[in-house]
Formats: sequence, C-alpha cells, structure tokens
Amino acid sequence: MGRMVALFRRELAYYFQSAVAYAAIAVFVLLSGYFFYNLLGYFNLTSIQAMQNPMQARSLSLTTSVLQPLFGNMSAVLLLLLPLLTMRLFAEERRSGSAELLFTYPVSDWDVILGKFFAASAVYAVMLAMTLPCVALLYHFSTPETGAVASGYLGLLLMGLTFIAMGVFFSSLSDSQLVAGAATFGCGLLLLIVGWITPFVAPGVGAVLNELSIVRHLDGFSRGVIDTNDLVFYANITFFFLFLCARVLDSARWRS
Amino acid sequence: MIEVTGLTKRYGARTAVSDVSFSIGTGEIVGFLGPNGAGKTTTLRMLTGFLPPSAGSARVAGFDVESQSMAVRSRIGYLPETVPIYRDLTVAAYLDFVGRLKRMARARRQERIAAVVDACGIADVYLRRIGTLSRGYRQRVGIAQALLDDPDVLFLDEPTVGLDPRQIVEIRDLIRGLAGRRTVVLSTHILPEVSLLCRRVLIIHHGRLIADAPPDDLRTHGHEAMRVDLEARGDAEAVRAAVSALAGVASVEVSAGAAAGVVRARVTAHTGEDPREAIASALAARAIGLRSLTAASLTLEDVFVELVTKET
Repeated sequence: MGRMVALFRRELAYYFQSAVAYAAIAVFVLLSGYFFYNLLGYFNLTSIQAMQNPMQARSLSLTTSVLQPLFGNMSAVLLLLLPLLTMRLFAEERRSGSAELLFTYPVSDWDVILGKFFAASAVYAVMLAMTLPCVALLYHFSTPETGAVASGYLGLLLMGLTFIAMGVFFSSLSDSQLVAGAATFGCGLLLLIVGWITPFVAPGVGAVLNELSIVRHLDGFSRGVIDTNDLVFYANITFFFLFLCARVLDSARWRS
Repeated sequence: MIEVTGLTKRYGARTAVSDVSFSIGTGEIVGFLGPNGAGKTTTLRMLTGFLPPSAGSARVAGFDVESQSMAVRSRIGYLPETVPIYRDLTVAAYLDFVGRLKRMARARRQERIAAVVDACGIADVYLRRIGTLSRGYRQRVGIAQALLDDPDVLFLDEPTVGLDPRQIVEIRDLIRGLAGRRTVVLSTHILPEVSLLCRRVLIIHHGRLIADAPPDDLRTHGHEAMRVDLEARGDAEAVRAAVSALAGVASVEVSAGAAAGVVRARVTAHTGEDPREAIASALAARAIGLRSLTAASLTLEDVFVELVTKET
C-alpha cells in the first residue's frame, strides 16, 4: 500500500511538474466550454421559438438538449486526450531502462500498475472537475435535474477510467509512447463505434457487440439512469485491461 | 550469502546463461568478468529477481530469488549497467521515492539519505534535477540508491563507467570501504579494477562459468614460463651471448635501448625456472653494466584473453 502511494505520488508529481496535466486540462476545459456554449445557445434559440408552440415546449428539457449531447461530446474529446496521459506510463520506463531497477525494488507489479492507473485517474478527475463551472451556470439560470447531472458525471468518470486502463495496458506493450498512444486511441474508438455494425451481423453477434459499445453504456448515465449492468460493464473492462497489463509485465520478464 | 546452483536462462532457442554454479560468502567482493554478451547482465538480473531463471536456482541472503523474490529484493542494492534514473526528479525527491519503495520508515529514510549523500559525495547537487547532472554525478546517484537501504548484498554493473579518474578513485575507495560488512558483486570490463578491489574473480563466457579463483592465482596459474625484461650498457652480441649461455634460459631477444650503448633484452625462461639472479651475476662477470631487471608478470588482461580465446 505504501509503495503504491509512493508510485502514485511520483507519477502525479510528473504530470503536474511537466506541462502534460496542464495541457490536457486546458484543452479539455476549452473544448467542453465551447460545446457547452453552443448547446446552450441552441437550446436558448429553440426555447424562444417554443414560446409560440406549447407542444414543442413540453418536449424541451435541459437534460436531453444540453447535458446528454454535452456528455457525448466530452467523451469524444476524452478519447483523444486520455491516451496522451497514459501513453508514457510504462513505455517510458521500458525505453529508459528504469523498469529494470523498479522491478528489483520490493514492489509488486500491482503496486506499480495501480499507482500509475490512479495517478492518471486523478488528473482525469481534475479535468472533469474543471468543467463543473458550466454546470454551476445552469443552476444559476435554470433548474437542471441534479440526478441527471450527477449520474452523467459518474458515467463520464467510469468511461474515462476504462480508457485509462486501456492506455495503461497498451503502454506496457511497447517502449514507444507513440505506438502506445495510437493503439489506445484505436482500441477506444473501436469500442465507441462497435455498435454501428449491429444491423449488418447476425442478431446474436450484434447483441454482444452492442453490449461492448462504450457509448451505449454511457447513454443511461447521461439520461440520469444508473443501471447495474452499466456499472458492471465499466468495472469489468477497467479490471480486464489492468489484469492484461499485469500479465504483460509478468511475461515480459520471461521473454526479454 | 549467494548460492547459485545450475542457473540457466534460455530465450527461446538461445541460451544466455548455461548451468552456472558458484557461491559467495558474506563480506566478499567478487569480480564478475566476461566479454560483452557473455551473460553477466542476465545473471545479475536473475540474482536481483528481475528475471526468473529457466532452470536451476539461486539463493541470495538466504532467500530463493524466484519463490521469495520480495524478501531478496528488500535485502539487495542494484546498480544496473545503464543508470536509469528519473530525469525530472531532484536527487532529494528521487532518493526519498526510492526509500519509500524500499519500505523504509520516515526517520530511517532521512538518516540513510543523509548517510549515502555524504558517502557518495552528492551533497552539492542534492537539490538539482537529475536530468541536469553530469554523467559522473548521475552514476553516483545510482550508487547512492543502491546503498540506500544498507543492503546485505550489492550488485554493481560497471560502476565506474563514464567517471573521470578522480571520481573513479573515489568510487573505488567507496566500494573497498564496503568490504567486510557487505557482499559485493562487481561486474566490470576494467580489469585493473578487479585486481584492485576483488579477492576473487568469476569469469563467464558464452553463458558458462570458465574460471573462479583469486586474481593472483589466475595470474600465476597454468604453465606460463617466466619472462624477464632487462636493460644493460654494453654490446648487444655480448649481452645475448652472456644470457643465452645460462641453463635456465630458453630464448633471448635483444633490441636497441633508449640511449646509445644501451640494449634491452627480453628473456624467456624454461618452465619452472627463475633465472634472474643467474642473469645478474653472468652480466656482472663480463663487466656489462646491468641497469634494470624485472620479471614481466602476466596481467589479468593476458589471462582473461587467454581463457576466453581458449574456450572459443
């Protein structure tokens, strides 16, 4: 536990001493703010039009018109940004040879994996937290559904953790940061869009692929519904990739 | 302190280390020699718990490197060949990080950091980032992290590479100072370093252990005949005649000396003979002025090259 905390602090210090964390946070906050502004402006416009049309007004809601698309847009930005946070984690240790020294200290593989995973997750949590002022604005001018806001953020957090776990795994595969980053991005994108193929494959396969879709599981959260199925999905994918990473660290020692 | 039995490491079809066995007692400083690619680093990696052996076993500080890896790891210090330290950290932050990974309590960590900073002479760069340090200082920081937890066994892979001559002397003094309390395994290419520091040498070649003896034994071992270099004032032919007439001498080569009228000669004795005194009296009897006479002993380099070429 103490080892894990030491590794966590070392990685976190790296993120904030180099420009990495600030760059990721700044880009994420700027893009999220841009999406938020557009969605809110569009919502405003339709609200004004809806004053003449009570039927249309009934179907308008902040949750479906602003929050849901905002979380969707944020997930696309995260797909690009999170690999940049994780690609260095193991690739750099392998390239510089510091892995050799690290694994002769009395630390377990899991100490190292979790220390790195939680450090990237902490930076990601800060990224998400920095977008809360947008939500505060909504509360100032209107009355959004608190449940939907909270569950939307929870969903986004869980989705980000799966991306990070994926990134940690791919980083352990290669000593090139670029390869690790590209593989993470590719795998993440595939899991985002895997549902698209559902209509063109056998129904059984389609159902499985649909279950693997990361966005499908985010949908419920952004509507304000917390489903155990979705929770279990994210937890499973996250653990699956961290477990694969542990296998890679183990086998790398047998082979190299 | 270190017990190695039949240690073997295979990478697919290639065998990097093959059936190596040796044992090292507490407080010994042992030199680990071998050409590049001989399997030195692989052996060290197995002993430090980084790589699992393919066959055979090794016990370090009383624990099996494979099944009790954590116990081994917490009793060793390791300086890898390329000192891989985190460039973005200061020396202070780095040593503190290593101390935490080595499970040292806060008070002991602070005490030991102060001790190794002093011992390795890195006090004046303590607050600088490692990336900005010269190679010599980085090497010393590497040695400092290996010594941090006051380990029972120390593995040093080429510890003086990249240091200037003064630093080399300092680091050698440091290593020599560790003798007696700790077991040190020193892998190096610099052969005089082995003669200076180690009481025992292991030579590994093509993954096999081909020699295990004190450096002095290695130097005198085998059937090498003694060679004597001399310098004398006199005629070359007279010197040759005087020396080659002696019973113990097998051959003489005479060459021109440094000054006019001075000659040099290299005398090879018959095996087991020491003709030095006979040469001196023979030259004196013929009124040839003997200026110097030395037995050319084999250097460790000679032995090393001989052993390695004999094997191939």
